[in-house]
Amino acid sequence: MANAGPASGSWLKAALPLLVAVPLLAALQPLVSTMPFALYISSIVGVNIILAVSLNIVNGMTGQFSIGHAGFMAVGAYAAGLFSLRVKELAISGLPPMLSDQLLLVAALLVGGAVAAVFGFMVGLPSLRLRGDYLAIVTLGFGEIIRVVVQNTDVLGRALGLSGVPQRSTFFMVWLWVFAVVLVARRVANSSHGRSLWAIREDEIAAEAMGVNTTAYKVRAFVISAFFAGVAGGLFAHFVPILNPGSFTWVKSMEVVVMIVAGGLGSTTGAVLAAVVLTLLPEALRTLFNQFGVGGSSVDQVRMPVYGLLLVVLMLGRPQGLFGTTEVWDVLPRWMARMKKRLA
Amino acid sequence: MRLRALLTLHACVAVLACEKKVESPAPAPAPAAPQAPTAAAPSAKDVILLGEIGSLTGAQATFGVSTKQGVEMAVSEANASGGIKGRKVAVQVYDDQGKPEEAANAATRLIAQDHVAVILGEVASTNSLAMAPKAQSAHVPMISPSSTNPKVTEVGDYIFRVCFIDPFQGFVMAKFAHENLKVSKAAVLKDQKSDYSQGLTDVFTRKFTEMGGTIVGVEAYAQGDTDFRAQLTAIKKAKPDAIYIPGYYTDVGIIARQASELGLKATLLGGDGWESDKLFELGGKAVEGSYYTNHYSPEDPAPQVQQFIASYKKMFGAVPDSLAALGYDAARVAMDGMKRASEPTGASLRDALAQTKDFPGAAGTISLDGARNAVKPAVVLQVQGGKTKFVTTISP
Amino acid sequence: MADFVQHLINGLAAGTIYALVALGYTMVYGVLQLINFAHGDVMMVGTFMGYAVAKSLKLDLHPSLWGVLLVFGVSMGGCAVIGFLIERFAYRPLREKPRLTALITAIGISFLLSYGFQLDFGFLPGASPHAFPEIIEPAEWLPLFGGEVVIRNTQVISFLIALLLMVGLQYLVFRTRFGTAMRAVSFDHRVAGLMGIPTDRIIAGTFMLGSALAAGAGILYAIKDTAVQPLMGLYVGLKAFVAAVIGGIGHVPGAVAGALLLGLVEEFVVGYTASTWRDAVAFGFLIIVLLVRPQGLFGRMTPEKV
Repeated sequence: MANAGPASGSWLKAALPLLVAVPLLAALQPLVSTMPFALYISSIVGVNIILAVSLNIVNGMTGQFSIGHAGFMAVGAYAAGLFSLRVKELAISGLPPMLSDQLLLVAALLVGGAVAAVFGFMVGLPSLRLRGDYLAIVTLGFGEIIRVVVQNTDVLGRALGLSGVPQRSTFFMVWLWVFAVVLVARRVANSSHGRSLWAIREDEIAAEAMGVNTTAYKVRAFVISAFFAGVAGGLFAHFVPILNPGSFTWVKSMEVVVMIVAGGLGSTTGAVLAAVVLTLLPEALRTLFNQFGVGGSSVDQVRMPVYGLLLVVLMLGRPQGLFGTTEVWDVLPRWMARMKKRLA
Repeated sequence: MRLRALLTLHACVAVLACEKKVESPAPAPAPAAPQAPTAAAPSAKDVILLGEIGSLTGAQATFGVSTKQGVEMAVSEANASGGIKGRKVAVQVYDDQGKPEEAANAATRLIAQDHVAVILGEVASTNSLAMAPKAQSAHVPMISPSSTNPKVTEVGDYIFRVCFIDPFQGFVMAKFAHENLKVSKAAVLKDQKSDYSQGLTDVFTRKFTEMGGTIVGVEAYAQGDTDFRAQLTAIKKAKPDAIYIPGYYTDVGIIARQASELGLKATLLGGDGWESDKLFELGGKAVEGSYYTNHYSPEDPAPQVQQFIASYKKMFGAVPDSLAALGYDAARVAMDGMKRASEPTGASLRDALAQTKDFPGAAGTISLDGARNAVKPAVVLQVQGGKTKFVTTISP
Repeated sequence: MADFVQHLINGLAAGTIYALVALGYTMVYGVLQLINFAHGDVMMVGTFMGYAVAKSLKLDLHPSLWGVLLVFGVSMGGCAVIGFLIERFAYRPLREKPRLTALITAIGISFLLSYGFQLDFGFLPGASPHAFPEIIEPAEWLPLFGGEVVIRNTQVISFLIALLLMVGLQYLVFRTRFGTAMRAVSFDHRVAGLMGIPTDRIIAGTFMLGSALAAGAGILYAIKDTAVQPLMGLYVGLKAFVAAVIGGIGHVPGAVAGALLLGLVEEFVVGYTASTWRDAVAFGFLIIVLLVRPQGLFGRMTPEKV
């Protein structure tokens, strides 16, 4: 079965969002860079969106249960950070320093993503022999092992952390990658590749019986997902002054899981929205509490048990999460058609 | 085709619309009434705002809470005696939950949203290292009350500390062990999750060996572990006279118990991470007779120390620990700098702070050297009868 | 040699505790095919119940047999109730749903318990560790190697209690009607239902049993390592689960074997090689076992029928 439509037309269709996004982001960039707090928050939100959407490819579309996503983020963060540290003094000749910095940043992110993808391959491979719950434990173990390795490695800063990574991340760069991951997730979901992933999610044995090479597809899902998690980690490394293994614990993995479960396993839109809400809401509450002198730290303490409760309530009441598997770009045409009819 | 394009445009705008939400960061300020010193009164022009970041929650919460109380007391004393050049002082406190990215987040908030004049924090060096670059690039002076890793002040000339640094602390215990306790063979049990512990271990092993002692073994645990018997059994095999445990009180107490259970007769030695009244609860009898280096001792007869202890007891109902003393000192050094500076912010404050000499602190006399670290003696305390007892002072 | 024996004792002591917790995991998995992520946290709750009893009655001032029995009784009973409630309200409604749903719920409950207990509010203990009162007066019972290695009374008593609980469980599972019903349900719960076995009640009973065992393990853990804090359940639970998988999930003696093995491996790896890799040992061991023999040491490969 051939892939989607005529080559050039579909490329334009695919590229269009980016062509729209780039100038928009470039326009917003100077505005945001004057507000360091907004910049910081938007960067964190962006990173969380990338993590959520990428995890959604494995947990949502392919129906696997990976709970070690923070491990891939860590790998990407340290790899990209180390790369940037090494090329800190370099500049690409002939280009203005700003542009050269950004290009080197892109290089670092690609390095981080690539290394993470390699790990994604290694973690995905055992998926041949491991079903659901076991794979979950292995992914968890992977995250933990990465943490221990970092703590024992001098070049990664051990427990003190890796500092000195040039803080080159910009609003533009973070959100460019947000667009990229959303686009990739959408393309994957709508392609025949994606259909195989959905099949694996629905019934793995049936899919295998229908000739889908389940292991290959599962591994591929892990690789793509890990790549973007690595990029997210790389971005993170470039706006947080010090990289510490404590930022990449199992708790972080679970936060991402909560996001996609709440948004709807399999829905990219859901993942994006949940990531935004679940990142901004505690921040807003914290600020609010501080204004009233209540002590914003109580928000952080309550956040985790509330997440736990949220998961339980969701599973009991609405296991498909907010969006289920629907996407805004699927629903919008119908909704718009209905609106047109009503207004006509 | 056009519809698709339109839809993706909508999606972009929708996502960006979420962006817009972010750009009005806090709900419009103008809180109802001025609150306790721990809340912000942002728009009042006659208030000098100090920022503070600490771990008020999490396993080592006593560190953050003690520091906060020390700062609070210093500020209320300052306000009681007329403030700084007639202006009142207030503190905005943020909890970083012990995480470095939260510390960086809080620092950004203090600088960009609350416009503080100076940042006080943090206790853990990793968190200070996350905050320092933000403070440095924004030209906001930062004073750490108890971060002992040397890298912290190396970030830039706006970063100060009012405590000694680990190279000195490790040396002090090595010297004490070698000269006072006549220890010839020592083992180390370090916390590999803590840079503070790693740093002290490195210095101690180097200095102790230089002085002629032998390090017979270095084992490690992870903060939060509860079973240290494997490491202690290995240490026991090497028969050390003393074991240096430069970790936090939460683990040290249990380590002491298990060491005693295994029949380890070696003396236990530690660093300022032991400082907490929880140490005695967790360590019980096993921790009796151990020694640790610290910033101050409540038995110090110096008048400013005793006065500090008396006022603190009146305000909080407990004897202050060194975290509280250092928090108090950090706040007072900041305010003293503000009094001396032409402008209580920015570069002039930085210059005034750099000139801090012979400042009478509760945790010792503070003089900042060229690297903006405090040159102070360390005290060695011994655990006796569920309390600490002053043993000796070792000067740099 | 002395240190080898000491390591052996340490490893076995840790292993017995993992075993008690692993038994709960393996039993629940047997009847429900669910990894009860919240199991370790139920253990933590039980430990704090015991702590509350011991502290309020000041049992460390007069250590006695009655005190010990009371602590165990209250925590095991309390946990049985909690186990029942969790199963009834969180897992039973999801019995026919995909397993992923129940797994996510389990994780949710785990978070709720472990982080909820970190709040410093009311009866919730807060994040700082507390020292569990010494309800058994420590004494040295058996010096070996001229006093180099000492076997203490707490170790012997813990071992005996664990043994007692395990033997009791064996008896229950293989010699009673309940046990037979439990085994039937784990074999095929639909057919068991058709045979007239009240599956709901059996499953509830299994949960209660597993939770009670976990509470017992928690008290033994507190006696051994003194420090109790809300996150203690997470790691012990995870390692116990690893042990259950290594032994072959669903296989009761396998869980015990796996747990003892894990306790020993952890102890010897940490004691004789770099101790900084402790956390990675359990997972590394697991991954190796899963890759080489995914059904575990004692498990059987069960082909999945469609």
